[in-house]
Amino acid sequence: MTMCMMLTSIAALFSGGILSVLSGGSGSRPSRIGLVTSLTGAVLAIAAAATVLWTGTEADLRLAWQVPFASFYIAIDPLSAFFIITISLVCGIAAIYGTSYLHPYKDRKNLGAAWCFFNLLFASMLLVVLSRNGVLFLVAWEAMSLSSFFLVMFEHERHEVREAGWVYLIAAHAGQACLMFLFILLGGQNSSLDFDKFTTPMGTAAAGIIFILAVAGFGAKAGFLPLHVWLPDAHPAAPSHVSAVMSGVMIKTGIYGLIRIISLLGVPPQWWGWTLLFIGAVSGVVGVLYALCQHDIKRLLAYSSIENIGIITIGLGLWLIGISINNTALAALGLMGGLLHVFNHGIFKSLLFFGAGAVAHGTGTRNMDLMGGLQKRMPGTALAFGIGAAAICGLPPLNGFVGEFLIYIGAFGIVAQGGASGGPVAGGLIALTALGLIGGLAAACFTKVFGVVFLGEPRSSASKGAHEAPGSMRFAMTALAVLCVVLGLAGPLSVRFVSKVAGQMLGTAGIADISDMAFRIFLKISLGCGALIIITAILWALRRILLFDRVNNTGPTWDCGYSAPTSRMQYTASSFSWPVISMFQWIVRPRVHRGIRKGFFPSYAELSSRTDDIFRRYLFEPVFNAISRLAQAIHALQEGRNQLYVLYIAITILVLLLLKVR
Amino acid sequence: MKIMASIIHILLALMLSPFLMGIINRVKAKFAGRKGQPLLQTYYDIIKLLKKGSVYSATTTWVFRMGPVLGLAAVITSIMIIPSGGIGGVLSFSGDFILMAYALGLTRFITVVAAMDTGSAFEGMGASREAQFSIIAEVVLLLGMATLAIGTKNISLSGIYSCLWGGSASPLGPAAFLVAFALLIVLLTENARIPVDDPNTHLELTMIHEVMVLDHGGVDLAFIQYGESLKLWLFSALLAGIAIPFRTGTAYGDMAVNITGIFAIAVLVGIIESCMARLRLLHVPQMLLAALSVTIAALLWILR
Repeated sequence: MTMCMMLTSIAALFSGGILSVLSGGSGSRPSRIGLVTSLTGAVLAIAAAATVLWTGTEADLRLAWQVPFASFYIAIDPLSAFFIITISLVCGIAAIYGTSYLHPYKDRKNLGAAWCFFNLLFASMLLVVLSRNGVLFLVAWEAMSLSSFFLVMFEHERHEVREAGWVYLIAAHAGQACLMFLFILLGGQNSSLDFDKFTTPMGTAAAGIIFILAVAGFGAKAGFLPLHVWLPDAHPAAPSHVSAVMSGVMIKTGIYGLIRIISLLGVPPQWWGWTLLFIGAVSGVVGVLYALCQHDIKRLLAYSSIENIGIITIGLGLWLIGISINNTALAALGLMGGLLHVFNHGIFKSLLFFGAGAVAHGTGTRNMDLMGGLQKRMPGTALAFGIGAAAICGLPPLNGFVGEFLIYIGAFGIVAQGGASGGPVAGGLIALTALGLIGGLAAACFTKVFGVVFLGEPRSSASKGAHEAPGSMRFAMTALAVLCVVLGLAGPLSVRFVSKVAGQMLGTAGIADISDMAFRIFLKISLGCGALIIITAILWALRRILLFDRVNNTGPTWDCGYSAPTSRMQYTASSFSWPVISMFQWIVRPRVHRGIRKGFFPSYAELSSRTDDIFRRYLFEPVFNAISRLAQAIHALQEGRNQLYVLYIAITILVLLLLKVR
Repeated sequence: MKIMASIIHILLALMLSPFLMGIINRVKAKFAGRKGQPLLQTYYDIIKLLKKGSVYSATTTWVFRMGPVLGLAAVITSIMIIPSGGIGGVLSFSGDFILMAYALGLTRFITVVAAMDTGSAFEGMGASREAQFSIIAEVVLLLGMATLAIGTKNISLSGIYSCLWGGSASPLGPAAFLVAFALLIVLLTENARIPVDDPNTHLELTMIHEVMVLDHGGVDLAFIQYGESLKLWLFSALLAGIAIPFRTGTAYGDMAVNITGIFAIAVLVGIIESCMARLRLLHVPQMLLAALSVTIAALLWILR
């Protein structure tokens, strides 16, 4: 029954994709077909996953298959169910948003293809978390990469989009190559590619190699530093609802893969946990620093996804350290915190991408330094975006706080009880410091975005003439903003939800009292958040009563006696973030260009700053340039003249002949 | 009994916190050889402001109006978490200081955003600096709490503070005082006092907090000033709980000692403000890094 719903969901997605292509490509029909089928798919998938989580009975389906060493094997266990719910929720809402977002393109672009690839992306993500067989997994993974590649290429006539697309394609396949080796190793050990046959105990060396391949392969998708370079190019290039799906859930399939493979490998040694913790801390801090440097709002959000993947990975690192030192509390809190952040980040990141899309839609630009004052022009978008911005900073009473809090208390717990074993304490301290730093930097980053884009006065005619997003886009954003608040207050339920998954990973018995403890803590947090909301309401009412029938004037902003302030005098995004960036310029290396005309009374000055990704500039560019030089060198041998190739053949045969004769 | 004491502490904080500002200003006046404003001046200011109407910039939106309200509400929520000496807060659970730190983060978020809502270059400047300094201050606060957590094997504020000096000797010893020193710097930073920021200079380009609230007036400014004094109370209560190395053993005795400590800290802040000049803005991160180093030293001492 459950499996039947799941398969119907995937069938709906596939048939919707095909139908939308057949429907002619332009006009609004593809959008309607795409919307209906993806909503159907999402509802069915969520229903199936919720049934598994609720009843606790796993569903599976195993069919004979032509592929050697394998069967067509899919299953829903709590881990899959958790990811299915996350994926379907975000994709369903993204489909609602997408119908309006794609509307302006309806005469210029083939929307049928766009919806087909959207549905394919959705279905392939579901298949990735469903499949229990190496070959099926790799096929689904490849389908996911390719369909998202075509979606990134939606506006392929623009040069930077094409470049982003190619970088993404290369990165995706480099990752895929690692995963192929991984499954070859796993399958070779067990002479089957079904996940449930991966039972042969592995040597530490082999397990270590598989772990490293998993970190590289899945990390390339998730955006672990330094494998993230494709991400800040590809996510902004895609249409906004696709950016939301890619940043909100697609990169999380990397996290899923990592958890799944690690759970197949038996008890992890401690260094695995340390590796993930370190990667998480570095990705988190460097990701948010780069986010702070960006001028393009969608690029900023893409970097912030790297930061949040960092937070999730810190949680996973604590999980592995917890298992290896036999500390179930640490393991459970790290895993539960990481998973909850997967879910919550899916919600608020897609909300923020929707908001960014609405802003780009309304103003025609993505450069934050040209925006400002959009609060008055796009009030609905502004409110939703503001809630999302506060949520991503982990502020109570919103959902971002919930997952981060679990990781925090996991880390504090191990720090407090440590003592005898120094290692885990240091791990906890690294996690705490990184989370604290990320929290402060994220607050700087998102106050900047919200303040510069929506508040103050418009900085250009583009933002002066901005218009509010159409109804279905606003509906999608409002729904997600409401979810941010509700999930923030429903911490206890979130804990119960995710403890089913942790129970599967760590044993239900061991997890029960930790889940209860977290449940009780979150009851108190919800109490605190409730108090915060009530006090706010009381103070607001008090303010209203006090100001009622008093003189309430309106005037200009007081600029210290200067009588003709212009909007260009406002602090820009760059000036707001500069003090923080300059504090960390030894990491991010911003480049500043100052042009000041010399002489008395200079009448002209200019200043511009840009921050290139150091990993791209100092790591990947040299490597790929070297490969390209090597290719150029070989190119001399193969220049396209057939006579030359015939000569090569003749020489080769001659040499072979001489060798033989000798 | 215990819960009564906690509730009484919240009420005392709500009532007495503006008095701290009076003490600081009186100390500064004495140092300068002036008579000084009345000790209750902050109360008078708040009451007067509450009676005023409003003037809003045409640029501003609901965010600007929400700033003071939400900011004050988040500080009041944090007050419910902090312990007074050995007495726990009303809302006490494992990791409660994380909720406190993030609720204060909410105050900062909304204050910064409200400042940017005015579209003024000055307020943008202040907002940017506030965001910058709080990054390190937050890490210092968290690591300081981690040190105390290791020493007391407890991860709720109430647990930490009741274990801290509960027995004859603290499990932390000198590390507690190092943490207290770091926390003092955090207190000065978060409450916009000298040497980080000067609450008296409303019209200088170097200021941080005062410039962010430049456009607020009337009821809104009253909320902000009250919120500031509550925040000072909050940090002073945390600091006093660590720095005063004994407990009386009774709930009300502890609270009396703690509140005396809070007033003593106000005097100390006044003395610091009288004896020091404000640091150049470029040096503020260095001072915060010094606080971070002190915290790390405390951590190393406790982990030795």
